[in-house]
Amino acid sequence: MLVPLSWLGELVDLAPGTRGVDVAASFVSVGLEEEELHGADITGPLVIGRVLTIEEAVQKNGKTIRYCTVDVGDHGQRVTDGIPQEIVCGATNFEVGDLVVVVLPGATLPGGFQIAARKTYGRVSNGMICAEDELGIGEDHSGIIVLERYLGPERAAQLNPGDDAIAVLGLGEEVVEINVTPDRGYCFSMRGLAREYWHSQGSPEGGYRDPARVGEVPRDSTEGYAVHLVDSAPIDGVQGCDRYVARIVRGVDPTASSPEWMKTRLTQMGMRPISLAVDITNYVMLAVGQPLHAFDLDTLSGAIGVRRAREGETLTTLDGVTRQLSVEDLLITDGGQKPLAIAGVMGGADSEVTDTTTNILIEAAHFDPITIARSSRRHRLVTEASKRFERGVDPRVAAAAAQLAVDLLVEHGGGTADDAATDVDVTRPRTAYELDPMLPARLVGVDYSRERVIEILRHLGCEVVDAGGETITVTPPSWRPDLVDGPDYAEEVARVDGYERIPSVLPTPTAGRGLTHSQQVRRLVASALVGRGATEVLTYPFVSATFADTLGMAPDDVRRHAVRLANPLSDEAPLMRTSVLDTLVDALRRNVSRGQRDLVLFEVGSVTRPEPGSSHTAPVPGTETRPAPEVIAAIDAAVPAQPRHLAVALCGEIERSGWWGKGRAAEWSDAIELVLVVAASVSVPVSTEAAELAPWHPGRCARLTLPDGATLGYAGELHPAVCARLGLPARTCAAEIDLDALTAACAEPVKQADYSTRPVALTDVALTVDEAVTAGELEAVLRSAAGQHLESLALFDVYRGDQVADGQKSLAFRLAFRAPDRTLTTDEVSRYRDAAVAAAATAYGAVQR
Amino acid sequence: MDPMSGPNTSYDPVAVAALEPAALEAAVAAAQAAFDGAGTLDALKAARLAHLDKGAVALARREIGALPPTAKAEAGKRVGDAMAAVRTAYEARETALQAEAAERILVQERVDVTMPVARRAVGARHPLELTQERLMDIFVGQGWEVAEGPEVESEWMNFDALNLGKDHPARQMQDTFFVDPPDGGLVLRTQTSPIQIRTMLTRTPPIYVVAPGKVFRTDDLDATHTPVFHQIELLAVDKGLTMAHLRGSIDHFVRAMFGDVRTRVRASYFPFTEPSMETDFECFVCLGGDPLVRSDCRTCGGSGWIELGGSGMVNRKVLTACGIDPDVYTGFAFGFGIERALQLRNGVSDMRDIVEGDVRFSAQFGMAV
Ligand SMILES: [Zn+2]
Repeated sequence: MLVPLSWLGELVDLAPGTRGVDVAASFVSVGLEEEELHGADITGPLVIGRVLTIEEAVQKNGKTIRYCTVDVGDHGQRVTDGIPQEIVCGATNFEVGDLVVVVLPGATLPGGFQIAARKTYGRVSNGMICAEDELGIGEDHSGIIVLERYLGPERAAQLNPGDDAIAVLGLGEEVVEINVTPDRGYCFSMRGLAREYWHSQGSPEGGYRDPARVGEVPRDSTEGYAVHLVDSAPIDGVQGCDRYVARIVRGVDPTASSPEWMKTRLTQMGMRPISLAVDITNYVMLAVGQPLHAFDLDTLSGAIGVRRAREGETLTTLDGVTRQLSVEDLLITDGGQKPLAIAGVMGGADSEVTDTTTNILIEAAHFDPITIARSSRRHRLVTEASKRFERGVDPRVAAAAAQLAVDLLVEHGGGTADDAATDVDVTRPRTAYELDPMLPARLVGVDYSRERVIEILRHLGCEVVDAGGETITVTPPSWRPDLVDGPDYAEEVARVDGYERIPSVLPTPTAGRGLTHSQQVRRLVASALVGRGATEVLTYPFVSATFADTLGMAPDDVRRHAVRLANPLSDEAPLMRTSVLDTLVDALRRNVSRGQRDLVLFEVGSVTRPEPGSSHTAPVPGTETRPAPEVIAAIDAAVPAQPRHLAVALCGEIERSGWWGKGRAAEWSDAIELVLVVAASVSVPVSTEAAELAPWHPGRCARLTLPDGATLGYAGELHPAVCARLGLPARTCAAEIDLDALTAACAEPVKQADYSTRPVALTDVALTVDEAVTAGELEAVLRSAAGQHLESLALFDVYRGDQVADGQKSLAFRLAFRAPDRTLTTDEVSRYRDAAVAAAATAYGAVQR
Repeated sequence: MDPMSGPNTSYDPVAVAALEPAALEAAVAAAQAAFDGAGTLDALKAARLAHLDKGAVALARREIGALPPTAKAEAGKRVGDAMAAVRTAYEARETALQAEAAERILVQERVDVTMPVARRAVGARHPLELTQERLMDIFVGQGWEVAEGPEVESEWMNFDALNLGKDHPARQMQDTFFVDPPDGGLVLRTQTSPIQIRTMLTRTPPIYVVAPGKVFRTDDLDATHTPVFHQIELLAVDKGLTMAHLRGSIDHFVRAMFGDVRTRVRASYFPFTEPSMETDFECFVCLGGDPLVRSDCRTCGGSGWIELGGSGMVNRKVLTACGIDPDVYTGFAFGFGIERALQLRNGVSDMRDIVEGDVRFSAQFGMAV
């Protein structure tokens, strides 16, 4: 909302010399945030000019350019030589003799745009003929401002070349832009903002002049224009329209234009002057916050009827769009039948005032905010009226607003107002609230006295009755629908008294238990990976509808069940990822495309795993009480499972080449090792077994299992076809594990096992087995049969070749034995080893070499 | 002729020439000269044989036995002194030569330590995660606990319970991702506030939790916006909490993150809080400057103040929806963007750097922000 200082100064006392920054700071002090300062950023020379000559030429780029000479009075740079100002102009909407606005070298336009003489289209342009947007007074850039049209012929006739255009257009004045929060609808008017400014100055007696104070207004009369309010389907029991004021002015001169001061104000407020009737409705709305509608009385055939729309009804609105109406839309109708307007949102094209309208019906009504909000949203129509109605308009200001409009129409349009008025008023008076005057102090932490609370509430416009009891009776002003509950009043007291008085006191929480186990595990895991040279990245969790096929997932793969977004950012990525790897590969590819070759990336994040076939409909209960346990359970059941996963992706060299020698490319085993490192960082033993799962290479994929046999995740080399489809480097490796499963597996404190300080006995065995037997299987059987004194077992060599038969391999293990209480004898060690070998022979036909 | 192998023909039992002081002095001098002249440990070894083990002094010592008892003591002392002098000279030279040899090896073993060492990659955490952890730790250190919640969230938790009814103007300020079907009551959470609701539904006051997490809005990615970003929220529900406690918590947070700067507060509006508050803190780069003169400080845009975020006393309706009696308990809540904290504290000017996953971005931070 824009606040011109000159207008503000009419409603409150502005100290001489008050600047825009001061006004903005005052507004901030009562909680109205400054958005921007306008107007102070334009400096002249900006003058009135008369076009003397036009020489038009089509340029090579097809654009028509006009080389003009313009009389700018004494400001002409070569005026003493009798040479008029030469200006190059890209617009063509003006003629010789027109009065225009000229900005001359040395001036600054809004946005810090500095004007200097410069060569353009082959000639020097000594300034510029201005369009609306260049001066910050409108959006229009379709042509330059021709003042005969912009200000009207009478006003233009009074101007001379060289006159200061800043004053003529009201540009020199500062305008403060305020960001109005949705709860303060009354601040969408000068009336409300001036009141807030008055509060910021300590609410001095007599320092605020309410623009809605208009004296006597005519009461509802049966002689007035007939208006019927019906609502067959109120929303939440609230009548769609509870007040409708109709006033008639006849014999308005359709050619009369708005007074200059009004045009200037509308311009300053960011609105375009259009016609007298429209300008007046806009002006009154800006002044007192009441949206008005002007109907051409002669287009109406019957009574004004307000009702909900019927199924199938349509209305062509002022913007030329024919709209399919909903039964929730509230309509203004002619005779109860023909729709004239979507109430509070936009009028229809048929009944609008035109340049031939002489008899005008002014509507000042009060509509239900929810009805208007829904219509505005439904029709994607945010208008000045809907913006105000949905935030709450003062239901008591309608008659005064209509009177202001009538007076202005009579004064500037030469019309005559009907004596009889219509004012159908079924508004309910505000109910009083019993406020504990100590509540503000209790909630805010500042010791406001009872007297101070009452004083502030009265300044705000509340009626306060203090009978000396435990509560005071507060009736909020009609323009403050937001004041309902105790905390609302507490905020007002704090705000007007000044938020800066709120002290800073640290609360004393009950002793906390620190980070949760899950949070600690995440930090440990991330640190462990970083220690191994991995870099953490974060990716968006959105994937394409074909990602499962890209990754080569089987038709029944559970990871194909993804949550779909109804309104994704891009139709290319409408699904939520079911694995972190789905999106981590994008980061890998981006890094590769930016020239990184050796990468180890990881991400910890949520994946969404909806139950296949679940409907995912969460109940939306009311909020008057805590929902029943079964309702909360139903909500929780509808929210899909979102376990935390860890994904790792590697490519290039994991050990780099350099002056020290050749490096080593990352391979399947590095991906597995990183998972083992992660598991070891939280002391969880993990075993590996061969697995086949997309997107991994079928022969280079390990399932990693937890001690209880549950799957932790998968690791290995990606399928070559997947790498190709995703544009990843060949032999990219990856792992994905369920971090929640790992977290659960390490929930108990680590229990220390005794270790021996006796000498260790080492013995090696080389076992020849079929290729099909895995190292993991062989290791498991050796471990199980080697007895309790086996301390460790390590595969140190794999041999294939002349010494073993085709289709066989030899695996060499080093076994370390140690007893807790004695030195093991050679015989004992041999016995243990032989037992292990025998078990391997039985299980897998292993032969010792 | 070997002097030790034949009979001593010049035997004089009274005076043996080799034991004469002059002769001994000459022998010591000769030994010293020989040792000093030895340039290597090998040469020194030869000189030792000639001058110490089998030298003139050693030979002279053998003659002592032939002296009359009266002369023995004096000659013995003389020979002993001479022997000690030769030994000392030897040892000094040996020490010196050994030191030289050791020195030479060190010189030979010299390498170029400026050669780049990068056999393995150095990893890094994402600075956003580190910032998030840092923020959590500030409050965990004060006794707050960390609460978390799902990213695909129910509408009730994300909106309704937070007093954001279907028709609330504020609900339209949010650009929400809806889960298909759009009337199924599920959204990608637009704020971390549903964690507040979940916390209040599952815990009983006193509650002091800090809730970090990923949130979603339908913004396109540009230098200042990202559809996926992170927030952190405080929620306290206890008896007797006031806006002064809220302000105290915010001030503590600001000091811990940005140093000893002032804050200022003003009224604001959020559906889930009443009264509501907006906080600015003094720019920690230009420290406010002159409030009437806009500086060119890039951190605060020249205003001297940085907008921190919204907060307020938990709306009675929100407490009620969670089954907490608003006449017994009051609460406060405060939210802040983690990307913003990172941008401000670490001078990250472009949001895209945070979200693109370029390893060079994370690498700058290592494990520290
Ligand atoms: Zn600054």
